[in-house]
Amino acid sequence: MDINITFLFEQVVNGVLLGFYYLLIALGLSIIFSLGGVVNLAHGAFYALGAYAMVVLSKYIGYIPAFVISPIVVAFIGILIERLMIRRFYQKDPALGLLFTFGLAMVIEQGLRMIFGASPKQFAIPEFAQGQLISGDFVYPYYRFGMLGIAVLAVVLTWLLMNKTAFGKIVKAGVVDAEMVRAQGISLTPIMTAVFALGVALAALAGVLLAPITGVHPSMGAEILTAAFVVVVIGGLGSFWGVVIAALLVGVIRGLTAYFFPPASEASLYVVMLIILLLRPRGLMGERVERFE
Amino acid sequence: MKQKENMSAQALEVGAGVTSEKRRQVITGTIASGLAMAMPSLVLGQANNPIKIGHLTPRTGFLGPMGEYAVMGATLAVEEINAAGGVNGRKFELISEDSVNPQTASTKAQRMVERDKVNFFVGEISSASGLAIAQVATRAKTLFFQTGCNSDALRGKDCSRYMFHMEANNTMYVRTVGRELMRKKMVKGKRWMAFTADYAFGHDLFEKTKKFMDENGGIFVSNDLIPTDAMEFSPMLLKIRQQKPDLVMSNLAGNSTTNFMKQYNEFKIPIPLAGADLNAVSIWGAGEAGFSGTWPIIWTHQVKAPSAQKFTDTFMKRFGVPADNQGVADYLAIKIIAKAMQATNSDDAEKIIPYLESGVKFDVLRSREGYFRPWDHQLLFEMYTVQPAKGATKWDNFVTSAPIPGPNESLEVLAPSQMENACNFSS
Repeated sequence: MDINITFLFEQVVNGVLLGFYYLLIALGLSIIFSLGGVVNLAHGAFYALGAYAMVVLSKYIGYIPAFVISPIVVAFIGILIERLMIRRFYQKDPALGLLFTFGLAMVIEQGLRMIFGASPKQFAIPEFAQGQLISGDFVYPYYRFGMLGIAVLAVVLTWLLMNKTAFGKIVKAGVVDAEMVRAQGISLTPIMTAVFALGVALAALAGVLLAPITGVHPSMGAEILTAAFVVVVIGGLGSFWGVVIAALLVGVIRGLTAYFFPPASEASLYVVMLIILLLRPRGLMGERVERFE
Repeated sequence: MKQKENMSAQALEVGAGVTSEKRRQVITGTIASGLAMAMPSLVLGQANNPIKIGHLTPRTGFLGPMGEYAVMGATLAVEEINAAGGVNGRKFELISEDSVNPQTASTKAQRMVERDKVNFFVGEISSASGLAIAQVATRAKTLFFQTGCNSDALRGKDCSRYMFHMEANNTMYVRTVGRELMRKKMVKGKRWMAFTADYAFGHDLFEKTKKFMDENGGIFVSNDLIPTDAMEFSPMLLKIRQQKPDLVMSNLAGNSTTNFMKQYNEFKIPIPLAGADLNAVSIWGAGEAGFSGTWPIIWTHQVKAPSAQKFTDTFMKRFGVPADNQGVADYLAIKIIAKAMQATNSDDAEKIIPYLESGVKFDVLRSREGYFRPWDHQLLFEMYTVQPAKGATKWDNFVTSAPIPGPNESLEVLAPSQMENACNFSS
């Protein structure tokens, strides 16, 4: 097969852009995983809820207001679920939280199917964001640039939150030594709720952004869940930048595999994960999390 | 008079007197009731002997959206039949389940045979699951009316005497869209790129598309196999822009088709798009901005025949959405079962098979009636092509062509010949 260098370069660039798509999907999961210690198998379900909230709300209040409100609405749902159910599992065997969120994911998916039906909902890119940037053979829709911008913004804001605010300091301290934090008189309960809400809001944001591209149907959450986990595992538990690097790596590898050997494009993620775990079990930049040892 | 003499004679003989007549009445009465009880239940019209339809269709996964319509179509058919009093005095009972994948389809079909004792199987969309169900049905000598599997192999090397095909096969689809593409001069001497769903249906479809191209002077410059769970196609779309073919052929299925179409438009690929498998669900999912290209389809709610329009109205009133190609197939399957049972006055596969093979014509909700081909059990009917419509409403973002083939051609021209797709029922 002819390997044209320009084509190759374009695929790599597309792969990096695809990486931001994976980053959006994985960031929320990583936060809840790393900081909350909860394996949130309902991550995909919150992603789907974000997309459906967008479909419903945008009909009444327009695209941009719905864009802002949908993640907030889903975050509220997340808060309710955390306060009523998830917080019972924090100090328990991680398997219990896992089982609960697995069941929750199924309930939400089937609930969406019962309410909205299995058929994909029509949802198009808003008019103001349509159009493409064309440079030779390379074409990129403006909407995806927008997605890129929002993904970068989300990463930056989350980093600032975790590293430059009191909230962030408390969270990080709580991960290392929860007893000590409580001994200081700081209640971790609302902090955990906030962490969960943040992770869920990021999942919903991803759903809102990807709705016009990959379609809105009840099983959309299940479709991205495995990819999100793979990215978080490759990046390493507890590492913020690990997720970013892993997402970009996965995007480029998937993009190149889709070009050279398409049947393996979906499987390539798992091959990468396998190799990384064999060579470096903690992931690219993972830290040891005492809770799990 | 004679009776009294006999009775008197009997009375003299037996000495029972008047009670002899009563004894005869009792004996006659007993014999009469015994005969009545022995008569077949069909005549008595017992309500607790329903005709069980084992309905298997994917409700989850990338084919889930079509499965939803399949259940709607099947439900409507059963409701209409039962409202009219059932068939041969028996009501229909629909046992509908999610077939999920070939292994689950096989297990559930087996359970439907052993536990539920179904009389007929109806449904399925995935060619791989359809094969699994066909194997169970054949072993159990139970008729299976498959309503959504496209692969030619199911009518060819994997055919079964107990399986009847309500859905068009890949060759029929390819020939339908092929005619339109040839009319638009997009075949001879043209370079095509194909994107094919990486499972049984996709491979079979590509084989038939390639055959069509070989026969008509076109070539495929590439064929990329796409996993069925792929939802993001930007690397492939970039490839299309780089390779600049004359046409892009989609051999995808279900949600993949919807996403591919949407993203095709999102990336504004200037190259014509075509496909050989489409469901109205995908067209509606793509929306007004998303649907593009030239596609074949077995039926849409825009079909003008009076029976089609009546069906569309009934479906809309019952479910709030227009009928689609999948709903029609499951609906017709059950209606045909009812007609066959009525005509043969039985539920026995051995009586129904020759009846269906006899070329009997059915109203298939199109302008011409359809019939089963005896040697491969393929239902023959008119097909259509669809293309995008401008200024569209929610359900009418496409326009349906006139029927293919036209009124002066045999319905057989689309289907593969015996030489092309040999089927041997005795194997």
